[in-house]
Amino acid sequence: MRHPGGALLRQAPRLTLLVIAGPVLAGLTGTVAPAFGLGTGGGLDAFRALADWPGLGAAVRLSLATGLISTVLALALTLLILALLPGTRAFSALMRLLSPLLAVPHAAVALGLAFLLAPSGWIVRALSPWATGWAEPPDLLTLNDPAGLALIAGLVAKEVPFLLLMALAALPQTDAPRRMLLAESLGHGRAAGWAFAVLPALYAQIRLPVYAVLAYSMTAVEMAMILGPTRPPTLSAQIALWMADPALAERARAAAAAALQLGLVVAALALWRLAEAVLRRGLLRAAALGLRLVWLDAALRLLALGMAALTVGAVGAGLAGLAIWSVAGMWAFPAALPETLSLRTWVAAAPDLVADTAMTLGLALAAALAALALTLTCLETETRHGLRPGAGAMALLYLPLIVPQVAFLPGLQAAALAVGLDGTPLAVATAHLVFVLPYVFLSLSGPWRAWDGRIATAAAALGAGEARIFWQLRLPMLLAPALTALAVGMAVSVGQYLPTLLIGGGRVVTLTTEAVALSSGGNRRIVGTYALLQMLLPAACFAVALAAPALAFRNRRGMAPA
Amino acid sequence: MRGLWLDGLRVTRDGATVVELNLTVAPGEVVTIMGPSGSGKSTALAAILGTLAPAFRASGRVVLDGRDLTGRPPRARRIGMMFQDDVLFPHLSVAGNLGFGLPFGLRGAARRARIASALAEAGLEGFADRDPATLSGGQRARVALMRTLLAEPAALLLDEPFSRLDAYLRGQIRGFVLDRIRQTGLPAILVTHDAEDARAAGGPVLPPAP
Repeated sequence: MRHPGGALLRQAPRLTLLVIAGPVLAGLTGTVAPAFGLGTGGGLDAFRALADWPGLGAAVRLSLATGLISTVLALALTLLILALLPGTRAFSALMRLLSPLLAVPHAAVALGLAFLLAPSGWIVRALSPWATGWAEPPDLLTLNDPAGLALIAGLVAKEVPFLLLMALAALPQTDAPRRMLLAESLGHGRAAGWAFAVLPALYAQIRLPVYAVLAYSMTAVEMAMILGPTRPPTLSAQIALWMADPALAERARAAAAAALQLGLVVAALALWRLAEAVLRRGLLRAAALGLRLVWLDAALRLLALGMAALTVGAVGAGLAGLAIWSVAGMWAFPAALPETLSLRTWVAAAPDLVADTAMTLGLALAAALAALALTLTCLETETRHGLRPGAGAMALLYLPLIVPQVAFLPGLQAAALAVGLDGTPLAVATAHLVFVLPYVFLSLSGPWRAWDGRIATAAAALGAGEARIFWQLRLPMLLAPALTALAVGMAVSVGQYLPTLLIGGGRVVTLTTEAVALSSGGNRRIVGTYALLQMLLPAACFAVALAAPALAFRNRRGMAPA
Repeated sequence: MRGLWLDGLRVTRDGATVVELNLTVAPGEVVTIMGPSGSGKSTALAAILGTLAPAFRASGRVVLDGRDLTGRPPRARRIGMMFQDDVLFPHLSVAGNLGFGLPFGLRGAARRARIASALAEAGLEGFADRDPATLSGGQRARVALMRTLLAEPAALLLDEPFSRLDAYLRGQIRGFVLDRIRQTGLPAILVTHDAEDARAAGGPVLPPAP
């Protein structure tokens, strides 16, 4: 061995995959085993109890429908934006908004949308009383509607930025500009040319992120609790309710439901794959037919612009509404703005807000720093030994994003309980790490691999060893992407709801768990303070990640962002 | 025995020979390797430097001043390298780049003095705190050479170091580099496809075999 720590370093990729896959697989086993009566001897009692629940059919239907519809819509909007909008001013504006949108936690987006859509929300206020005649909030289910439309809207708004970012990262490998030029020179419209020439190559690259979106949308808990129907809720939201129930019988029923939920996700993924194959064949046939579809472009461009504007506008307006509620004094229906502004809510909540912010930040820093350290070790090992992760390793990396949280967190909770770690910030930070690590790795691996290898050769020729090259050249030169990856990781940690709730056993309180808990209480002012902080914290992380390298290298033109 | 000796150095990839070299370079001598792109020149330099990609296999020996370098990591070979581009570290100042190659033990005023005298030798007095990105192409090339020499190499490899410079600078920088090599008495291998470079170097010229 050339270095004393070389053997250990070489194991880093394996250790990292273990950190990711271990808890998922162990938790899955721990969740599903009780459902089949393993360890309790109850046989299939748990499933019988589940079958006795009258809401089961509707909950399953909701899970499938909201998940599939929102994924189709989010993917369609993403592809429309990428096919028709590049080169427009709207596209560059959207690109600037992408990271901030991505950093806003799910719960904050959901709370913002809830304020827009609610019977007493901004949309109804804007139309009342002059258009609607309402002097009181109407008795309508515009929020928590039984069909899950509000939930679908929330999921689409949150998943489009994620899919866009993943697609933008994959686009350079598809040779898109030349292919588009070729298609357009052959007389194709933008939409058709893009669908025929770029989409097949691009989709192969973003397949795993799309599966992650589908699995997430089917099983989202906090968004379903805030925006989704209540009687019955989606299957995942119901599982979370049963899990939080102190009665042991409900635990078994929850385990059975979690096993069912896992089956549903697997079935939906299989259905999606089938649809992929059919659509791909149709697309290739249409391409071979020589369809140009130029007439489609104008309408689709308008659709893409309109939908993108609606999504960004709704999220932005919702968050602005939350901010206003947090400083609202008197604000009677149907006034569009409060009559007085006051900091009373902030002052009254200050002690809780400070404590919860500190806990949130501490967990985020611990999980993201650990994830960054593991990622850097993995990538450094890759570089030193000329390794590249295989397809299997990449699939494992996506495991925590594809396996539903409700299907493996309960088992993990039981494991934490067994070793007496439940309810400690350390256990919660470890659980966060499972979800933070994939994002940190995906964020940093691209810039890392694009780093100019001749720098390392030049340094080695000057007598520098591997350690010196890492600490003095590679890491400082990659400071900006490393800090961005750290900020991404912190944003992911800040947004975690179910892991914090279950592993923390209710004793570890963050801005996100508190915001969701308060959302059912109806005090919009206090919800506004929590949601606002929940949104500002990741934004502050990104601001630091951008400012620190710019400041450190302010006199180095060669280090300016490309 | 002083100088650089490539003793049956052969690089293969999947069993096929990429490049084979058998030569000795005396102190102060510059051997030129000519040949079109893709003829394995850069692979040969990587083998001498010890930075071959894992897909390649090397056999034979690289002997420098009597030391067998085979199997040693690049940092322990004491072979300096000049690239097609200057490959200055963009996040360090000019002095930071020069200091990177200096021994760690040299501290304080002595260290600053060495850097200052290197800058003076390159006609770059007062450039210590400059951002390398603000230098001209010729200035950057000179900083790159001084950085290489401050690491006190025992041999030099030059991988088309003048090819990116315009015609006027080319002759000037080439003269500067070759003068330094003769002064320091280092054995050097120059890879180029410019016959003018080979003539100026004055040493033996060979096409790499096969």
